[in-house]
Amino acid sequence: MKELIIIVLTAVFVNNVVLSQFMGICAFLGVSKQLKSSLGMGGAVIFVMVCATACTYPVYLLLERFEITYLRTVAFILVIAMFVQLIEIVMKKTMPGLYKALGVYLPLITTNCAVLGVTVSNIDEGYTLVQSLFNALGTGLAFTLALVLFSGVRARIADSNIPETFKGVPATLIAASIVSLSFMGFSGMFS
Amino acid sequence: MNEEKKTPLTAEFTKGLLKENPVLVMLLGMCPTLAVTTMASNAIGMGLATTFVLVCSNLVISLLKGVIPKAVRLPCFIVIIAGFVTLISFVMQKYLPLLYRSLGVFLTLITVNCIILGRAEAFASKNKPLASVLDGLGMGLGFTLALFAMGSVREILGSGSWFGIKLPYLKNDPMLIFIMPAGGFFVLGCIIALVGKLSKKKPPKEISCENCPSASICGRSKKDTADKAGESEAAE
Repeated sequence: MKELIIIVLTAVFVNNVVLSQFMGICAFLGVSKQLKSSLGMGGAVIFVMVCATACTYPVYLLLERFEITYLRTVAFILVIAMFVQLIEIVMKKTMPGLYKALGVYLPLITTNCAVLGVTVSNIDEGYTLVQSLFNALGTGLAFTLALVLFSGVRARIADSNIPETFKGVPATLIAASIVSLSFMGFSGMFS
Repeated sequence: MNEEKKTPLTAEFTKGLLKENPVLVMLLGMCPTLAVTTMASNAIGMGLATTFVLVCSNLVISLLKGVIPKAVRLPCFIVIIAGFVTLISFVMQKYLPLLYRSLGVFLTLITVNCIILGRAEAFASKNKPLASVLDGLGMGLGFTLALFAMGSVREILGSGSWFGIKLPYLKNDPMLIFIMPAGGFFVLGCIIALVGKLSKKKPPKEISCENCPSASICGRSKKDTADKAGESEAAE
């Protein structure tokens, strides 16, 4: 149990998926304009990451059984793409409330490298199924945390007076650099 | 699209280098740009690997453009791209094991690099094979160029060396922050600002779905996004 908690906390703070590992930057910069959309995207990512891990883990065992593990990139991305489509259809039918809240963000997730990244790194780290699921949960939470924090920062940038050259994307990136700097304070916390 | 067909082949090649540089102007493929540019040599390796995948997938997709049904084109594109990524990672594992290890998971993540999917959708699936190859080559080299610039700045300032060669003076007190994640964001922000200043063009205001060429794949065209956003707000 203690080990699982450490996996989650490490994923959230020490190895933050966006701010330390640079995965899912496009979504991070694109969606973090408002708090509400940040929470929606975060929720969708947590959900998809945990479910995708639950799907890809048995797929990998199958690949291992037939000794074709080199096909994992192809297999994983197909599973994820299919899975996102499936969730969208099922959610639309059975949980219209949740679909309204998260549905807009679902198609974006297929090309979010954090999802493929977490499934691949689970295998590389040699996690068991339970550990993988907790790692996926932690990574999703980390993504949400980064998005929510950064949406607050961006609200402040919008109000401030920035030199003309840096307006827009450069200012956003430099703000992201400062947020990332603050996360460096967590390094070595659980080692 | 008619306009694009008329442009000479050399223009297909050169547009990716500067005018439509995928990273610095179109703001695509941010993840590898930030992650693997701690050293100039890693940056070049990543850039060339991506170029290879981009050229091959553009060629194959443009050859198959009449065969792939429109409804399932996204999974088809991804499988083609993932196949080439697997190929290049084999080659790299055998001949460049050091580079293979330092790129790590980001080599696999070339599959979901939005530059490749974006070019497949926006260009290769609509153009002739030769033009697609040149487009892929130009875009890939533009990507490599941007990565090389990032990698050089970060390695020189962050570890006081360039391609692993120690530089005088700088090697004594390297500013470690530049090879940390925070430095990556900072350098990229500065380079984009510089490019915007030099090209006298205003940098894009936002990175969002509307500017992403893959938006149509995701089924999020401009109108669609506005509609859906409006809907969800009305529902609240």
